[in-house]
Amino acid sequence: MKLHRVTALVLRHLYLYQRSLPRMTEVLFWPLIDLLLWGFVTLYLQRFQANLPKFVTFFLGALILWDILYRAQQGISVSFLEEVWSKNLLNLFVTPMRPSEFLAALLTISIAKLLTAGLASAFLAWLFYSFNLFVLGLSLIPFVLNLALMGWAIGIITMASILLYGQEAEVMAWGLAFLVQPVSAVFYPVSVMPAWVQPIAWMMPSSHVFEGMRAVVETGAFPVEELVKAFILNLFYLSLALSFFYRNLRVVKEKGLLLRSGTE
Amino acid sequence: MGHPIVQVDHLTKSFNGFVAVNDLSFSIEEGEILGLLGPNGAGKTTLIQMLLGLITPTAGEIRILGFDLKRHREEILSQVNFSSTYISMPTSLTLRENLTVFAKLYGIKKPEHRIDELLEIFEIKRLKNTITRHLSSGQLTRLSLVKALLNRPKVLFLDEPTASLDPDIADKTRTLLKSIRDQSRLTLLYTSHNMKEMEEISDRILFLHQGRILASGTPAEILRLFAERNLEDVFLKVARGNHSLEPPESRP
Repeated sequence: MKLHRVTALVLRHLYLYQRSLPRMTEVLFWPLIDLLLWGFVTLYLQRFQANLPKFVTFFLGALILWDILYRAQQGISVSFLEEVWSKNLLNLFVTPMRPSEFLAALLTISIAKLLTAGLASAFLAWLFYSFNLFVLGLSLIPFVLNLALMGWAIGIITMASILLYGQEAEVMAWGLAFLVQPVSAVFYPVSVMPAWVQPIAWMMPSSHVFEGMRAVVETGAFPVEELVKAFILNLFYLSLALSFFYRNLRVVKEKGLLLRSGTE
Repeated sequence: MGHPIVQVDHLTKSFNGFVAVNDLSFSIEEGEILGLLGPNGAGKTTLIQMLLGLITPTAGEIRILGFDLKRHREEILSQVNFSSTYISMPTSLTLRENLTVFAKLYGIKKPEHRIDELLEIFEIKRLKNTITRHLSSGQLTRLSLVKALLNRPKVLFLDEPTASLDPDIADKTRTLLKSIRDQSRLTLLYTSHNMKEMEEISDRILFLHQGRILASGTPAEILRLFAERNLEDVFLKVARGNHSLEPPESRP
C-alpha cells in the first residue's frame, strides 16, 4: 500500500468539503436536528416517567452513538458516490491505485466525518441538555470502535452493491443502516423485542454495544462480554463485506460494468 | 520505430455469448501512433478497456512495456495514462486541485511545476484556480489531456481526445502530441471519428469490424486496400457492409 495514493484520495475529499457548505452542514445538520428532536421528546417523557432511571442518559447516549455508526457508513458509501456522481471512477481506476488504497482512503474520510459529527453532537448535548457523553467513561472507546466497524461493514456492502448494480442501488447509502436499526436495541433493550426477533438482534454487533451502554449507565461496570461479542461479530461482518466488495469488483471487470459506473 | 511496447496476443472478450473482441493479435512499436478505427460496436472501447485493466479478457494475453498486465498492473499503469471525452473529473474542484490529486496518485513529487508547464502548453493556465464546472467542453478536454500527460507516460490511450475541441485547438493538440512523441518516444493508441484526423496523425491504422481486425497498415495502405481516396469513404464502406474484404486470418 502506497501512502501517497491514500493521501491523494483523502486530499480530493478535503478539497471537496472545504468549499461545499451543503456538504459541511450535512455532517453537522442532521445530528443537530436529531438531537433537538429526540432531546426534547426525552425531556418531555421524563416528566411523566420520573421513576425511570437515567432516561436522558439512555436516550441521548444512544442517539449520539447511533449517529456514529450512521456517519461511519456514510463516510464510505457517500464518499464513493461522490466519485460516481462526478464520473471520476474510470480516471481513478486507470491510475496505479489499488482497491485496498481506495478503501483505506474512504476509511480515513469516514473517521474524520464520524469524529466531527460525534464530537459536535456530544458538545451540543452538553450545551442543550447538560448531558455528558463521557459519563460512559473508558468504555466509550470500544463502543465507538465497534459501531464504526459495523458502519464500515454496511458502507462497504453498499459501495459494492452500487459498483455492481449502478446508481439504482444508491438508495442503500441512505437506508441500509436504518434497516438494521429496529433490531439494534438502540433505544430499547433486546428483552422487549418479540422472542423470534431476539436471536436476530443478538446477531447485530450494535445490539451488544447498546446493551453494554445501558449496563454502564446502570451499574458502572465495564461490559467486557458484550464488547467481545460485538467485536467478534464485527470481524465476521467486515470480512464478509470485504469479500463481497472484491467479488463484485471482479464481476464488474468481467462484465465490463466499470464504464457504466464511471459514466452514467 | 523501436521494439513492441504493447503486445496483444489472441485477445478475446465475450459477454454472455456475444463476442465483442475476437482473437485479436497486434503490437504497437515504441514511438508509434496507432489509430484504432471502426464503426460503433466494432470493439474499440472494449479493447481499450482491456488494455487499461478495466475489463478482464476472456482469453489472450496483454503485455505492455514488457510486463504481463494480469500480474503487473501497478507497474504498467504508473507509466501509462488515458484520456477520454466520455469521462470527467470532479467538477467542484479547481483545475489545480484536480491535477494535484492525480499528480499525487502517480507519485509525482512537487507537482506544481509539471502542472503549470502542461497548463501553459494547453493554453489554460489562466484557468488554474477556476472551478472545473465552469469550464467549456473544449477546456474540459484539454484538462483531461493535461491529466493524461502528468506522469510523463510512455504509453497513452486517447479515446476521441479532440471530439469537443475547435479546429484550431484540435490541430494544436495533434501537433503537440506528435511533438511529445518525437521528443520522448511516447507510444499512442488513438481513436477518433474524425477520419481526416486519423489519416493525419496515425502512423498505422488498425481497422476493427465486429470485434476482428479487418485491415491493418499505414493510412495509404488502407486506402489502397479498399480502393478509396479517403478514410471517410473506407469507413462508410465498412459500416454499410459494402465491401468484400475478409479479416486477414480468413483470407486464403
